[in-house]
Amino acid sequence: MIVAHLRRSLVLGVIALVLTFAYAFVATGVSQVLFRHQADGSITPDGSTLIGQNWSVMTTFEGMKAYWPATTWFNGRPDDTGPYSANPKDDVSGGDNPLVANGVSGESAATNLGPRSKVLLADTKELVAWWHSHGIDPTPDLVTTSGSGYDPDISQADALVQVPMISSATGIPATTLRALVVRKTQGAELGFLGTSYLDVLQLNEALAKLK
Amino acid sequence: MGLFWTIVLLVVALAVTWRYLGSYMEAVFEGRVHFLAWAERPVYSLLGTGPENEQTWKRYAGSMIVFSAVVMGITYLILRIQGSLPLNPQHLGAVPQALSFNTAASFVTNTNWQNYGGETTMSYFSQIGALTMEQFVSPIIGIAVAIAMVRGFSRRNSPTIGNFWVDMTRGLLYIVFPIAFLAGLVFVGQGAVQTLAGAVSVHDTLNGVTQTIPRGPIGFMEAIKQLGNNGGGFLDQNSATPFENPTGLTNWLSIYLLLAIPFSLTYTFGKMVGSIRHGAALLGAMVVIFGCWVAFTSYAEHTNNPAVAAAGVHSTVGNTEGKEVRFGDTTTALFGVASTQTSTGSADASYDSFTPMGGFGLLTGMMLGEVTPGGSGSGLYTILIYAIIAVFIGGLMIGRTPEYLGKKIQAKEVKLAGLGALVMPIVVLVVTAVAVSIHAGRAGPLNSGPHGFTEILYALTSQGNNNGSAFGGLTGNTAFYNVIGAVDMLLGRVAIMIPALALGGVLAAKNVVPAGLGTFRTDNTMFIGLVIGVILIIGGLTFFPAVSLGPIVEQLSHGKFF
Repeated sequence: MIVAHLRRSLVLGVIALVLTFAYAFVATGVSQVLFRHQADGSITPDGSTLIGQNWSVMTTFEGMKAYWPATTWFNGRPDDTGPYSANPKDDVSGGDNPLVANGVSGESAATNLGPRSKVLLADTKELVAWWHSHGIDPTPDLVTTSGSGYDPDISQADALVQVPMISSATGIPATTLRALVVRKTQGAELGFLGTSYLDVLQLNEALAKLK
Repeated sequence: MGLFWTIVLLVVALAVTWRYLGSYMEAVFEGRVHFLAWAERPVYSLLGTGPENEQTWKRYAGSMIVFSAVVMGITYLILRIQGSLPLNPQHLGAVPQALSFNTAASFVTNTNWQNYGGETTMSYFSQIGALTMEQFVSPIIGIAVAIAMVRGFSRRNSPTIGNFWVDMTRGLLYIVFPIAFLAGLVFVGQGAVQTLAGAVSVHDTLNGVTQTIPRGPIGFMEAIKQLGNNGGGFLDQNSATPFENPTGLTNWLSIYLLLAIPFSLTYTFGKMVGSIRHGAALLGAMVVIFGCWVAFTSYAEHTNNPAVAAAGVHSTVGNTEGKEVRFGDTTTALFGVASTQTSTGSADASYDSFTPMGGFGLLTGMMLGEVTPGGSGSGLYTILIYAIIAVFIGGLMIGRTPEYLGKKIQAKEVKLAGLGALVMPIVVLVVTAVAVSIHAGRAGPLNSGPHGFTEILYALTSQGNNNGSAFGGLTGNTAFYNVIGAVDMLLGRVAIMIPALALGGVLAAKNVVPAGLGTFRTDNTMFIGLVIGVILIIGGLTFFPAVSLGPIVEQLSHGKFF
């Protein structure tokens, strides 16, 4: 009996294997024909991915002091900045860059810090202090990290709260910036699935044109 | 407001699915669907069996175990030799032994616990041939066992409960492959990646960032990951990443897909036993518990994260730590509850960073035994075990030999049901006790204090219930956790499936007693209440002490940080 079970198991196992490969190949073929742009990762002509691009100006440990976070841009969530930045010396990888952050090998990751973690408390205080030093009272998204480690979006409130800082650093009037934020806000899908949000990359591309 | 309409749309969609997918699955497994007969017949001739060759429950269980072991072996082999196989654009080497063993056990048991980061460990060949293949096979194994058990109620004086090979073939051809393909198109259309071209390196001219974007056949794996209650994604951060779950729409679709089969199986059950009301009663018990947990957990996640609040930032948008902006706090909580109560275990956020009571909602959802609505098939056969216990208790109250669907529930049935209900709590509590007693176990957690204990308890509860979600701070890729986790997953799967199949076999052999005036009704509100009571009491009594050391202590530690 066991021999018959084994033989049938192998046969069905191989059939499942063949079916799964057929599924994956047909799916890839169909996707490449119907949704080529999305299936390839929504890569933009500027050299970013439209959907998974967390905006952290800083990508290397040394670069952090010079750039992070630039006061002339809208800042995304601090997935790879400040206390969460990559530090090649200690073999700590940052959050926003799934495979290689400018030579730093790492994975996409959340902090996984618990709600009563001393580390989370200290890290959040550090981020809050940075925003306060630029005269901004930060919203929660701006001082907490995301689940993926490269959240590409912020909410409208997160963008609006940064307007005075960017306005004084760039000289662009605050009203223009606010109008830009409102214009770039994307509604929730069908009006209620998920939340409304701004893609930080697209927001900053529009800001670059204003500059 | 968004949560309200999200739930309304979900309820409407699931109600239609319950009715039509439920009756479709009944027709498939009773052999009345034939549109793929041209593919079905050659498979039977290769297997050397067919619908006319019925099996006893022992043969059925034997086929199921041998097949699971062979599939696990194929997976293990592929992971070990992936360095020499094609479709490996990143030139990744062999997966280590303990990790391969854990992963093979994890995917064959429908758990999808992942002690590895997908994009940095697995070649495309492994992702497709080893992992996605098991994601198609394992839910159908669960459904086949559930259907075979239900045949115990629908048949009379029958020595057999169906043919495992036929049930597997039909489930694969008619259910998972076609539905997953349609869902996959939506994922990719919304932005999920689907390519075999390998990772891409890009340089952004605006901010000077050079980065490598991981790619792969992600979108269609996502479809079967959710539909089959698997939960193991292509990428390390699972459904939180925009490449797996790009928009609010795909997030909703994920929740819908992972609830579709488990809920619909109650209709399949009702139709097979000739009383939709009995299926609806089980559905009622599932929905009540599920609804309460959604309300509780969404509320908890809409409060402040204690550490962030202590840093001086007070939130009106809930706990944002570990969550994605595009999903929001309450919808993320809904996803979490749906994922933990269906044995899916996918995550669109970092569950480790949920508030203490939010984490409590996820953890206890699994501790109730994955029956509300549970995994593909496993939810139905486990809630039937609870229903038999409820019938037994009801029978004791009115002083009559209990019956369920006309079948007398006697000592043998109650013993088997008791075994099926007690295996999971015993396994989970014992392995957790082992893990916290030895150094290798205590070395795992990232967080200190009660949250560290919760990370261990969550991991072993998740694996024992074949869920696969994690408090991701735990370092699970050690020899200790790989081996103990694999044991936990295999026992949590097989040790419930065998009593379930035995029940099917024993009940099928019985005749039906006609219902009389004194028969205890098993299709009304009273019975729904009794089933809910049994689920909550068994789960509550076994796990309350353990949970009170984790999330409850954490919740009560006002102002303290660890």
